[in-house]
This record gives sequence, structure tokens and C-alpha cells, in this order.
Amino acid sequence: MQKRSLTLNYKVLCMSQNEPYQKDLESIRQLMERSVKFLSLSGLSGILAGLYALVGAAVAYFMVHFPMSPVEYRQESLQGNQVILKLLGIAVLVLVVSLITGYVLANQKAKKKGVKVWNTTSRRLVVNLAIPLVTGALFILILLWNGHYGVAAPACLVFYGLALLNASAHLFDEIRYLGYSEIVLGLICALLPGYGLIFWAVGFGVLHILYGTLMYKKYDR
Amino acid sequence: MKNPFDSLDKILEHRLRLQIVSVLVANDSYDFNALKELLDTTDGNLATHLRALEREKYLSVNKSFIDRKPNTRYKITERGRTAFKKHLEAMEELIKQQKR
Repeated sequence: MQKRSLTLNYKVLCMSQNEPYQKDLESIRQLMERSVKFLSLSGLSGILAGLYALVGAAVAYFMVHFPMSPVEYRQESLQGNQVILKLLGIAVLVLVVSLITGYVLANQKAKKKGVKVWNTTSRRLVVNLAIPLVTGALFILILLWNGHYGVAAPACLVFYGLALLNASAHLFDEIRYLGYSEIVLGLICALLPGYGLIFWAVGFGVLHILYGTLMYKKYDR
Repeated sequence: MKNPFDSLDKILEHRLRLQIVSVLVANDSYDFNALKELLDTTDGNLATHLRALEREKYLSVNKSFIDRKPNTRYKITERGRTAFKKHLEAMEELIKQQKR
């Protein structure tokens, strides 16, 4: 009897001594994640970026292909610089508005959490995103300049996917799968260049809404 | 059996020092101001513990100038990484014993 109560006492003593280690481990894990990942990114900005892309794709359709059905495979490539410039303008506008939305929402989320939106992590994130994106943008412009209009949509998707993968260490885990999805979609799109606009709308519209909703449910509420 | 309390790293038993090392293990490098902001501490406190870790060769220091402002970057060393790993393992062992 004496012995049993002694071991019990020892156990309780150990527990109260060891409990802080469990908390320490948890706080270290959180700290490491916070030091690497840009946690202020809002899922809502993904949803909105997807909506902008769908609106952009709809405008592009009515501007360029209209009487033709949107699901019909286009045999002919686009003609004329005027049309290309319009499409390019729409794409750039969608990109700029999405970036502004993303920044504003991240800023709000950061304020709510009491952290700064512009820190070491977000700087690294921007650099890691920018390298493949700028490479892709220049590559696509060069191809357009040379009249290879069919590769623009697949190249956008593939380079965007690669940029997301490159920056995935600094982003929520879901973004890595978004990156893989964009790359696969881009490669399929390269096989079917006549469906370029549809693939573009799925990659930048539907996928963003899908993953944005997922992240919004998981991290924003 | 060896007592896991003995395996705990004496340097890393300090909370802030453990936090510093865990940030450096997770990142290639981190500069002084970013550490200060992330760990929400004062210049003096942070500098003291960074110096202690540097003295133990747990981290390496690289001083440079960015726009004429001094910038101090810290990197974990192999020694620091090993010490961190061993310390975590000892902590895990302690938690396991508690559950037994």
C-alpha cells in the first residue's frame, strides 16, 4: 500500500513536471510554421480572383469568338494584333485586380491577428513567386510576338503552376495541390489549343474558387 | 535506463533560445529585426541570447549593410541543428514517459 501511493505520487509529480514540455513542443511547432508560412493569405481572395477570371473569360469570349459556341473546338488560330492586344489587356486587368484584392484582404487578416503583412516571409514568398512568373510572362510575350498564339493559354497555366510550387513552402499546404492541378491542366491544354479559353477559365476561375473555398473554410473562420 | 532529463540541452532549456533555434532550423537564414518582430522581444534580450548561442557555435552570424543600414543575418550551424534535434527527442521522451 505504502509502495503504491509512492509510485502514484511519483507519477503525478512527473506529470506536473512534464506537462510544460507538451505545450513547449506545440508552441515550437506553431512558431516554426509562422516563421516560414505566410498565414495572412485569405481564402476569400482566391474565390474573388476566380470570379474575376471567369468574368474576364466571358468578356474575352464575347469580344473574340462570340457567334461560335464556347465549347466548340476552334480550328483556326486567332488573327490580328488588335484581338491579341485586347485579350492581353483583359488578362493583365484580371491579374492586377486579383493582386490588389489579395493584398487588401491579407492586410485585413494580418491586422486582425496583430502582425505585419510585409515581413521576411512575405518578401520571400513574393520573390519565389515572381521568378517563374516573370520568366513565364516574358516567354509568353516572345511567343506572341512570333505569332504562336495557341501556346499562350497553356503556358500561362503551366508557369503559374510552377510558380505556386516554387513558393509552396511559404503557403498553405493546399496551394501545392493547386499548383499540380494548374500544371496538369496546362499540359492537357497544350494538346488541345483550340479549347484554350475554356482551359484558361477552368484553371484561373474554377480552380481558384474551389481551392479558395477550401482554404476559407479551413483557415478563415 | 538513462534519465531523459539529462538529455535535455542545457542551452536550449531557455525558452527564447529554443525559439530562436527553432526559427533558424525552419529557415535558411533570418535577420535580427525579423526575429525581434516574430518573437516579440526587446533588442537587448534578443542580442544577449543570440550571443550566447553564437558562443556555443549553435549559429553563425553574417553582418552586412543594406542601404547603408547594418543588417545582421543568423544561420543555424550543424552543431546547432543536432543539439535542437536531440533536445526535441528528449522532450518527446519525457512526454511519452508521462503518458505511460
